[in-house]
Amino acid sequence: MAFLDRKARQIFLVDMIKGFLIAMRYFFAPKATINYPYEKAPQSPRFRGEHALRRYPNGEERCIACKLCEAICPAQCIVIEAEPRADGSRRTTRYDIDMTKCIYCGYCQEACPVDAIVEGPNLEFSAETREELYYDKAKLLANGDRWEAALARNIELDAPYR
Amino acid sequence: MFFTNWLQHQGLPYPWAWTISQVVLIGVFEVVLLTSIAFFLLADRKIWAAVQMRRGPNVVGVFGLLQTFADAFKFMFKEPIIPAAANKVIYLLAPLITATLAFAGWAVVPLDNGWVVADINVGVLYLFAISSLGVYGVIMGGWASNSKYGFLAALRSAAQMVSYEVSIGFVIITVLLFAGSLNLSAIVRAQEHGWYLFSPLLPMAVIFFISTLAETQRPPFDLLEAESELVAGFMVEYSSTPFLLFFLGEYVNIVLLCAVMSVMFLGGWLPPLAIWPFTAVPGIIWFLIKICALFFLIGMVKAFVPRYRYDQLMRLGWKVFLPTSLAWVVIAAGWVEFVRPLLGG
Repeated sequence: MAFLDRKARQIFLVDMIKGFLIAMRYFFAPKATINYPYEKAPQSPRFRGEHALRRYPNGEERCIACKLCEAICPAQCIVIEAEPRADGSRRTTRYDIDMTKCIYCGYCQEACPVDAIVEGPNLEFSAETREELYYDKAKLLANGDRWEAALARNIELDAPYR
Repeated sequence: MFFTNWLQHQGLPYPWAWTISQVVLIGVFEVVLLTSIAFFLLADRKIWAAVQMRRGPNVVGVFGLLQTFADAFKFMFKEPIIPAAANKVIYLLAPLITATLAFAGWAVVPLDNGWVVADINVGVLYLFAISSLGVYGVIMGGWASNSKYGFLAALRSAAQMVSYEVSIGFVIITVLLFAGSLNLSAIVRAQEHGWYLFSPLLPMAVIFFISTLAETQRPPFDLLEAESELVAGFMVEYSSTPFLLFFLGEYVNIVLLCAVMSVMFLGGWLPPLAIWPFTAVPGIIWFLIKICALFFLIGMVKAFVPRYRYDQLMRLGWKVFLPTSLAWVVIAAGWVEFVRPLLGG
């Protein structure tokens, strides 16, 4: 009987018709994908995107060249050189991040005692040449100025959990 | 015909007038066909996307309507690469053969009452011959590109196409028994009192549909492009315009078989019921609706049926479809000979 049942199902394409009906249900279901360049998915405040070096509100750069980020970086993509500035404060003369090496783990951000190096919300920084992805200090500071509002907000939102 | 008469009035002898009007007719037909194929291709991608809850191509043009044209131009402007070890002549001939044969089949398909390029009385035979030749494009392409993947895929698909052509042949014979003619227009006219879908030929319609999938290498029978095993099938080594021709030929063939199926089982240009609101719609519209419905089914099958294994494919072709269609030839002949007279047909 079970054999006949199975054969009857095969002959009348029962499984195919069921499959078709399920497929039709999904055909009219709301789309799971978004219209990417025009529509974007929600982002957590902890999102780890493009790096930025932040400044204090008075325009002074936060980084004190402690090199903790360089030390913790598992991909060893950060290179820092530092010497005392004319006013005696310790500042970086060079702060490079090789974005092609970076694994976006966020350890540099965790290690930083002054919230200077952060990973911002920006994820659209693809480039056509490798050289464009070797970020230097000027580029990182420019990123910080550009994204400061979003960066400050993300740090504030995440503060209660730290 | 009007055009031929007009040219004759202009003083051209009949053979010239006929040739010119046929060339113009074929040219217009091809352009319309190519344009509609572009949209069928897009529809295929959109259907597939919708079942997977994706959006599908939607950036080029409104709703992505121009996506296929963008793809076609991309293929044309790419560099054709010919493998060093390939047999150059056969390698370039194969896609041409595939595309040409796919287009040639359309010559006998009646779009409406009398709207047919070549109204020959062996239309079905011609169609069958053309679709059998299609396997040459595949074998030549796979062999000439001198790649083991291409060659294996060509062998597979040749075996597949030959196997399913046998059962398609018997299915066509049952339709011929019912219609009593090899002319496609006559087959449509024979269905004026009821489509063959709603007759004892219903199982044959199902077998024809499934064999169509296998014949055109559509999923779930797309073994020749089983990506995990054979990379992309017999056209692995092809790029640029030759690849475009293969791709185009494949889709022209699919739509052609949709058209043939609607002629043989769904009454071609005939409305579903011969009463007023339906008869007011031109036949070509009905024909297009039928083709689109069948194409939608083919697109849906691609979305929800998993790929068959090679032995399953061969089992289905030789052990299920062939005996069934063979038996149905006898049943159909018996019906036409003994039952139909009783029904007063």
